[in-house]
Amino acid sequence: MITFDSVSKRYPNGHEALVNLSFQLARGEMAFLTGHSGAGKSTLLKLVMQIEHPSRGQVFVDGQNLSRMRIGQIPYLRRKIGVVFQDHQLLFDRSVFDNVALPLVIEGMEPKEIKRRVQAALDKVGLLSKERLNPISLSGGEQQRVGIARAVVNKPPLLLADEPTGNLDPMLSRDIMHLFEQFNQVGVSVLIATHDLALISRLRHRMLTLGQGRLLQDGFVGEVGV
Amino acid sequence: MSRRENPRPIGATRTPDTPRPEKVVPKRETGAQISQIKRSSQIRSWARHHRQVALDSMLRLIRAPFATLMTLGVIAIALSLPTGLYLFLTNAQLVTSNWDGSAQISLYLQQSLTSEQGELLAQQIEKRGDVGEVQFISKEQALLEFKALSGFGEALDYLEDNPLPAVIVVRPASGLLLEQQEELLRDLQGFTGVDEAQLDLAWVKRLYYIMQLGQKAVSGLAAVLGIAVLLVIGNTIRLAIESRRQEIVVVKLVGGTNAFVRRPFLYTGVWYGLGGSLLSWCLLTLSLLWLEQPVQSLANAYASDFNLMGLNQEDTLSLLLLGAVLGWLGAWLAVTRHISAIEPR
Repeated sequence: MITFDSVSKRYPNGHEALVNLSFQLARGEMAFLTGHSGAGKSTLLKLVMQIEHPSRGQVFVDGQNLSRMRIGQIPYLRRKIGVVFQDHQLLFDRSVFDNVALPLVIEGMEPKEIKRRVQAALDKVGLLSKERLNPISLSGGEQQRVGIARAVVNKPPLLLADEPTGNLDPMLSRDIMHLFEQFNQVGVSVLIATHDLALISRLRHRMLTLGQGRLLQDGFVGEVGV
Repeated sequence: MSRRENPRPIGATRTPDTPRPEKVVPKRETGAQISQIKRSSQIRSWARHHRQVALDSMLRLIRAPFATLMTLGVIAIALSLPTGLYLFLTNAQLVTSNWDGSAQISLYLQQSLTSEQGELLAQQIEKRGDVGEVQFISKEQALLEFKALSGFGEALDYLEDNPLPAVIVVRPASGLLLEQQEELLRDLQGFTGVDEAQLDLAWVKRLYYIMQLGQKAVSGLAAVLGIAVLLVIGNTIRLAIESRRQEIVVVKLVGGTNAFVRRPFLYTGVWYGLGGSLLSWCLLTLSLLWLEQPVQSLANAYASDFNLMGLNQEDTLSLLLLGAVLGWLGAWLAVTRHISAIEPR
């Protein structure tokens, strides 16, 4: 689903965020991306999203070479990727329902179909009763779940998350991770950047550890001895 | 990977998977038919989105009535000035067109010409297309008229010869341009038997040039104020873009195209332009109502049946269309300049 081929990213200010990084995430696979802050996790996700572009090397997403992609194609790539942000990126000028509906409105779906899908997604994250509320009145955990509902509502084949449990207590964090596992079980490829090692050590998934822009470890949680 | 190969993360557990609209097509249909159906559903959703965005951007303006009215007021005034002057000119032209009969050409005939020859010449001139009315005044008639009008009657009786020439008075056909009138004058001058042709042009000329100047000034003013409308709308849209920065970022993150992001702002621009021109129309109509009474009194004092002309249907439509186009253009300038600068970071 994702292939990095000797990718380096150097920002204009000279900071080397990624150095000669190569890895693959198979279709339907779930993996964690860990490392200290500044290790390059966010940069990696931004390269997948085409928010940033590699200085060297190539990135493939869903078989597409991103360096050959025209700018006009980027929105269509992003429709295939559901993203969950640490700061949720919700819009507080509209209801929970309208927030979740946004990707479907962009795709030009029929209103009836939008309603059906949004309610299914909200039901999945347990917030169907709050669809009429403004997200600002929800708790942090609930806001994060609205963000997840929005990320999965158009059934993307790839789901990215950047510190999705950053501000949540351990109980809520486990629930959120459990949600991601459920999506993975129905075939969605999932890549989660997090530094919450205590949480992911209890989950048996592949873990990629970054350090100073390099891939330090790649293996299952048990194997790499965390 | 198509979505079809991929199991549904959400729908699978809860709701039965209703196929997407374009997949309801029976298998027998040809590829062309399928793509046609897909295309028509695309067009439908595109049109639906346009309707939604148009309505939504209008509601946004209505929800901030004070700010909206201020902007509309500025646009309306900027549009009303040139349009009002244009109306003034149209009316002035209407007034002067009633007068242009007074621009008459006097042909003084040579003394040697007999009355019969003079009459013949007058008939000849009357046949021209660019000539309205022709009147022949013989030497004798001229003398009688002069005696009656000048008060020198007695004195003139002492003259042996009639010193006055015969005159042919020619009124140019109505609607003749200044150049055409001058051409007519030159032609008439060339006729044999004509001693001198005189066109009373001085004031016609002045008026004509004043009108021309007026038209130029109105066009110039219209251009300058059109640019002002463009800038006002552009700046308003720029502020709107700034205040919706977060929304633009999120829309781009979840796969919104630039066209999708632009659309609400372009509609906002069109609404501003259309609203401004509508308000400008109201302003002009009110001013005309306000002026009607004094103009009527003035016309009556001159024993004229002149009526103040307002904006006709065509003018009104042009004004509204111009407003909408200026609004769209101003928004487009602001949007292309600012939206590409707002990218997720």
